[in-house]
Amino acid sequence: MSRRRHSDESDAGSQPHKRRRTSEPIEIEDRLESLICRVGEKSTSSLESNLEGLAGVLEADLPNYKSKILRILCAVARILPEKLTVYTTLVGLLNARNYNFGGEFVEAMIRQLKETLKSNLYSEALYLVRFLSDLVNCHVIAAPSMVAMFENFVSVTQEEDIPQVRSDWYVYAVLSSLPWVGKELYEKKDVEMDRLLNQIEGYLKRRQKTHVPMLQVWTAEKPHPQEEYLDCLWAQVQKLKKDRWQERHILRPYIAFDSVLCEALQHNLPPFTPPAHSDDAVYPMPHVVFRMFDYTDAPEGPVMPGSHSVERFVIEENLHCIIKSHWRERKTCAAQLLSYPGKNKIPLNYHIVEVIFGELFQLPGPPHIDVMYTALLIELCKLQPGSLPQVLAQATEMMYMRLDTMNTTCIDRLINWFSHHLSNFQFRWSWDDWADCLTQDIEKPKPKFVKEVLEKCMRLSYHQRIVDIVPPSFTALIPANPVCSYKYGDEADSSLPGLAMTTTVGNAIKNRASNEEILIVLKDVPNPNQDDDDDEGDGFNPLKIEVFLQTLLHLAAKSFSHSFSALAKFHEVLKTLTDSDEGKLHILRVLYEFWRNHPQMISVLVDKLIRTQIVDCAAVANWIFSPEMAHDFTRFYVWEILHSTIRKMNKHVQKIQKELDEAKVKLEKQQNKKQRDSGDEEDMEKNSEDEEGQLEEQIERLQEKVESAQSEQKNLFLVIFQRFIMLLTEHLVRCETSGIDINTTWYKNCIERLQQIFLMHHVIIQQYMGTLENLLFTAELDHHILTVYQQFCALHL
Amino acid sequence: MSIKLNALFSDSYVDISQYRDQHFKGNRYEQEKLLKQSCTLYVGNLSFYTTEEQVHELFSKSGDVKRIIIGLDKVKKTACGFCFVEYYTRADAENAMRFINGTRLDDRIIRTDWDAGFKEGRQFGRGKSGGQVRDEYRQDYDPARGGYGKLVQKS
Repeated sequence: MSRRRHSDESDAGSQPHKRRRTSEPIEIEDRLESLICRVGEKSTSSLESNLEGLAGVLEADLPNYKSKILRILCAVARILPEKLTVYTTLVGLLNARNYNFGGEFVEAMIRQLKETLKSNLYSEALYLVRFLSDLVNCHVIAAPSMVAMFENFVSVTQEEDIPQVRSDWYVYAVLSSLPWVGKELYEKKDVEMDRLLNQIEGYLKRRQKTHVPMLQVWTAEKPHPQEEYLDCLWAQVQKLKKDRWQERHILRPYIAFDSVLCEALQHNLPPFTPPAHSDDAVYPMPHVVFRMFDYTDAPEGPVMPGSHSVERFVIEENLHCIIKSHWRERKTCAAQLLSYPGKNKIPLNYHIVEVIFGELFQLPGPPHIDVMYTALLIELCKLQPGSLPQVLAQATEMMYMRLDTMNTTCIDRLINWFSHHLSNFQFRWSWDDWADCLTQDIEKPKPKFVKEVLEKCMRLSYHQRIVDIVPPSFTALIPANPVCSYKYGDEADSSLPGLAMTTTVGNAIKNRASNEEILIVLKDVPNPNQDDDDDEGDGFNPLKIEVFLQTLLHLAAKSFSHSFSALAKFHEVLKTLTDSDEGKLHILRVLYEFWRNHPQMISVLVDKLIRTQIVDCAAVANWIFSPEMAHDFTRFYVWEILHSTIRKMNKHVQKIQKELDEAKVKLEKQQNKKQRDSGDEEDMEKNSEDEEGQLEEQIERLQEKVESAQSEQKNLFLVIFQRFIMLLTEHLVRCETSGIDINTTWYKNCIERLQQIFLMHHVIIQQYMGTLENLLFTAELDHHILTVYQQFCALHL
Repeated sequence: MSIKLNALFSDSYVDISQYRDQHFKGNRYEQEKLLKQSCTLYVGNLSFYTTEEQVHELFSKSGDVKRIIIGLDKVKKTACGFCFVEYYTRADAENAMRFINGTRLDDRIIRTDWDAGFKEGRQFGRGKSGGQVRDEYRQDYDPARGGYGKLVQKS
């Protein structure tokens, strides 16, 4: 048999065969990378002996590979924060063996810190600061110089005219490093540290907290207050200080090497001035600490650390970091979460579930795409089938119990998660446990939640399935069978206007009539709104729209694809019929009437109508706020449609902006080329001038397009906010005059939907703040409504 | 500043698989190039009864779906257990590969894979009996995919 290598077709993508020469530089660099990244993972040897071994290898490779090693270590400091103490120990060992290397590493870290701050990479900067502070524990950095850096950080609170989120970050960077290094710093510099903490306390007392209610998942203080993140961390640090900085959770491999490390010479951090504030700095937004469990919830086993214990902070930080590192690979992520070091001393499953829901419900938005969390929880259930599903069920039950005070945006996400999760587990759930919701008004949060969940479950399966999975007592909450409502069917009243025409139109469509032919047929449809002297009949004719669209939708009702084809085929007719604002509104009305039992179909058809420019975004907004939609105003699907519409508008603006930017870049390149080529033959110069002229024209056109799109975008938000203000003011005035409490279920829903607009589109809305404040959110507005606006502004202060 | 730490930035769910469409018009290199920039996914192991609506609901969780083409038995013109899902952006398709591939639809674990792009004719099964090739030869009984495999049925 031939032992010659044959190239396999399917191997086309893989690297050509490598000759094994162990002294290849590339191979060694890859090996170093691999060794460093993998240290700390499951191994037959102890972590200490692995670190010792690796330190030896790296020390030997320093002469030839120093810069590579520096870069790898800086990178893991920045992107593997969950293995912080493993790497600080490694650096400590290297520093003990090679003082110069330690110094160079510290310098490289400082450079990296400056760069991350300048590039708005604040979470990475935070990990770097924490890393540096832990290097104090490893005798690499002298404690006094670390304190000095912290003092410079805290002095940012004295800066004037800066956004609060700037000073927030610097204070957070100091406080969040203290669990690691508080003890050491207090031992060396307690006077300075006390002064530091006093300054921080003063800052925390005077800083603004208007933004907090907008970010809380639950409005209730019980059972767990949703604390602002800095307040919570401050309480945790206070408690730690009271415990004399005794912290027992963090894994500290350097303790085992104390005898070696304390022999090492330390470096002083160079004086570090935080980079000045600039207008394009984007600091992290504030957040609220999500808590749903405490020690009473984990029935047996290890006790859950208290909400103000530093252990709780460290565990949550580490779990968040693991998700941040591995979110793309759900199996790895789940495995890493479940192999958290020190897991035997804590109810790990509860922590994991709490952290995951904390991210999913985070306001304004989760750090990662919602569906990731569903997939991750499924993987976790697979890996811990005997324990995690129970914790998840317990969590779901708890969240159901607290729906009354849960933020509407979070309820949306809970509905999506729960229905998708159930669809992976044959929809098995103990619905009877929730029978209490059946006696409540159907608009109340609990029955509403169940109804929306069942609707989403149906979308992932089919109507009969839902009927089968719930007890008979739940019939009132089962979604409608998603069939169409054709008003011109066999049971239609013979006097119904337009009835006869529908047969004509229907036949025309079936006989593959063209758009022009259909329009001719439709000329015979009388206009109920109109005088006889409009011969052309080109104005808005609601009956034409109804006759045509109902018939078309009825013929195409079989599936999404059939309906999409129908809309595409008769695009011209639809465009003609809906040439006016009234026309656009009416087509949406007719669509709704026809498909009112199939919200999913309404959503996808509205999407198509926008994308094919039969209706514009403002028309959809006006339709949603119209009196005809009032009884569906609190249904989830309506808000999905609105947010999808806003997103389409935003993407449209982005797309044209991108085209404009690309054209500008092209022009610049062209102009540079011209400069370089000047003096060439006449022909070439003329060609490049032509091209330049064309590009300039294109840029002008695109500039206009961008401005027009932005104007449409601004108008969309104005329409939406205006409508909200009208509706809410009406309600508030009515309640005031009749002396009833404003806090009805409808009101809670409406005001939180207004909040949701701000939260989900905060980046875009920021651009239009000036207009919003001048036109809509003025001081004359009812303070209930104005508060929402002020809370939103506070997010960016 | 940034350094390519291969060990850390693994995103294996997004990698292209070993499958190559034998009917693809072009060479392997061209096919792979298209796969690596595609916004279209092939979805397999669907029940014959799974509807476009269900597929749309599930796959919309990773982004806006541009279109869905349900795979059909070439003879019967009925659904035969696969489909194509096309997104507007590559990023949305990648998230589907990361978080929807390998989860359930209609109680079945579905599988997604990159597709070089829908072309007319590719919506039909390529098995001799009209359905998918895999349903020609399989030995098990799958009520959601026409019962026994075609070969078993004929015997």
